[in-house]
Amino acid sequence: MLPQFDYIRPGSLDEAVARGAGDGAVLHSGGTDLLGCLRDGVFTADTVVAIGHLAELRGIEETRDGGLRIGALSTLSEIAAHPLIAERYTVLSLGAGSAASPQLRNQGTIGGNICQRPRCWYFRGDFHCLRKGGSMCYAVAGANQYHCIFGGDRCYIVHPSDTAPALVALGARARIIGPSGTRVVPLESFFVLPAQNVRRETILEPGELVAEVLLPPPGVGLRSTYRKVRARGAWDFALAGAAAALTFSDGRVNGGRLVLSGVAPIPWRAAEAERVLIDNPLDAETIRRAVEACVADARPMPHNGYKVDLVRGVVAETLRSLA
Amino acid sequence: MSEESGKRHDSKRGVSRRSFLGTMGAGTLGVAVTGRTAPAREAVTVESDGTHPVTLRVNGRRFDLRVEPRWTLLDVLRDHLELTGTKLGCSRGECGACTVLIDEQARYACMTLAVEADGREITTVEGLMHGEELGPVQQAFVEEDAFQCGYCTPGQVVAAEGLLRGNPDPDLAEIQKRMSGNLCRCGAYDHIFKAVRRAAELRRSTTH
Repeated sequence: MLPQFDYIRPGSLDEAVARGAGDGAVLHSGGTDLLGCLRDGVFTADTVVAIGHLAELRGIEETRDGGLRIGALSTLSEIAAHPLIAERYTVLSLGAGSAASPQLRNQGTIGGNICQRPRCWYFRGDFHCLRKGGSMCYAVAGANQYHCIFGGDRCYIVHPSDTAPALVALGARARIIGPSGTRVVPLESFFVLPAQNVRRETILEPGELVAEVLLPPPGVGLRSTYRKVRARGAWDFALAGAAAALTFSDGRVNGGRLVLSGVAPIPWRAAEAERVLIDNPLDAETIRRAVEACVADARPMPHNGYKVDLVRGVVAETLRSLA
Repeated sequence: MSEESGKRHDSKRGVSRRSFLGTMGAGTLGVAVTGRTAPAREAVTVESDGTHPVTLRVNGRRFDLRVEPRWTLLDVLRDHLELTGTKLGCSRGECGACTVLIDEQARYACMTLAVEADGREITTVEGLMHGEELGPVQQAFVEEDAFQCGYCTPGQVVAAEGLLRGNPDPDLAEIQKRMSGNLCRCGAYDHIFKAVRRAAELRRSTTH
């Protein structure tokens, strides 16, 4: 049985924001992460504020600039099955379709997927770790085979989302609504590294919620894809993955992004590899150099050195599939 | 599965927590089949130790009952509606034993708050029977020997039903992908996949 909490279903988005800003309040839409965290005592909640019924947060539609608006309550199943997303933003369709299990995709929302808490077993387990306000990261001297090889600093979580890397690769933005108004933030600036703040994964302030995700118009010559490697063939989180959204002109890469999943506390933009790709044809030599650029600054832990090779392999496969 | 048997008709609203729990303690529950329409999604506040009236439509039948905020749909199905076909496995949205259809989509009942299921159409494994006859998915699981201990089977059957309602003729790759949210610790996967193929045939021939 879940621990007790008050339940509020606000009558409006404004009320949801006001209630969500209250002490001990958490927002609830799909619930696939929240209910597990409450059940396991990862954190507590005095009040669960439901937002799953708010029509303003629903819908997937084209925007006037030729982009796409995805309401935060869109489920991963809806996104994976959406024909326009599959055609124009393939990387996002694949990311959403490879996350979790069919049941969880029917339930989990894109807003929740980018705001989910980390899956580190110390964080989820009975350990008062740094991220929960404790004094140490148990992964440093512990079982760290599933932890990060990039961006770790005191805490070594990996970001669990498969849609977040796709959104960063596509240059998506999040419209955030909160007690002090609305702001629109590039997804790339949405996630927080442990060095910035070890207690939170996103820039959301109390009461703020992601209302929608905004995709820019697909660039001319855009090709995109997502690949992920997992420990088991059926559903699982990524051990390592690569989301690529590259634009091509005259047979050469002329823009775009390469973002790694499962290897860093945030969706990890492989900026050095992107520089290698730009102005080059996507041939074997370019891919080889891009792969090495991806792992040049990897800092594996005692038990996760295999992830360096996984990144090499998954990036090479991903890029080859776009050539 | 006669969920109305032994149940008291409770048309009163605003049952106190004490009397409600007394009712529960007596092994009965105020489950009424009434004419009340499903509540709109109006603003709701429920204290942690209070209850809220919901209407669940389960297997085509309507249940009006009061739920605590923390009760999951699984808690309510098993402990309050006595629909124990839906199983409690991991309690964390990983194993699929509690799979039900909510508005035709396979979901985990252990990860769904009952208060959020208000007004939804819910199908459990009991709802796949035709009277005393097995439905086509259940029949296929029997024919293909698609279980050993059987604990995961109701969830497997409902997941397969959800798959086939959306795609009446899935290929093996689609079946493997769409059944991946249901674990079988006996490892009967090959037989389960065959059963889903067989179920697709049976469903087509019986036009249910």
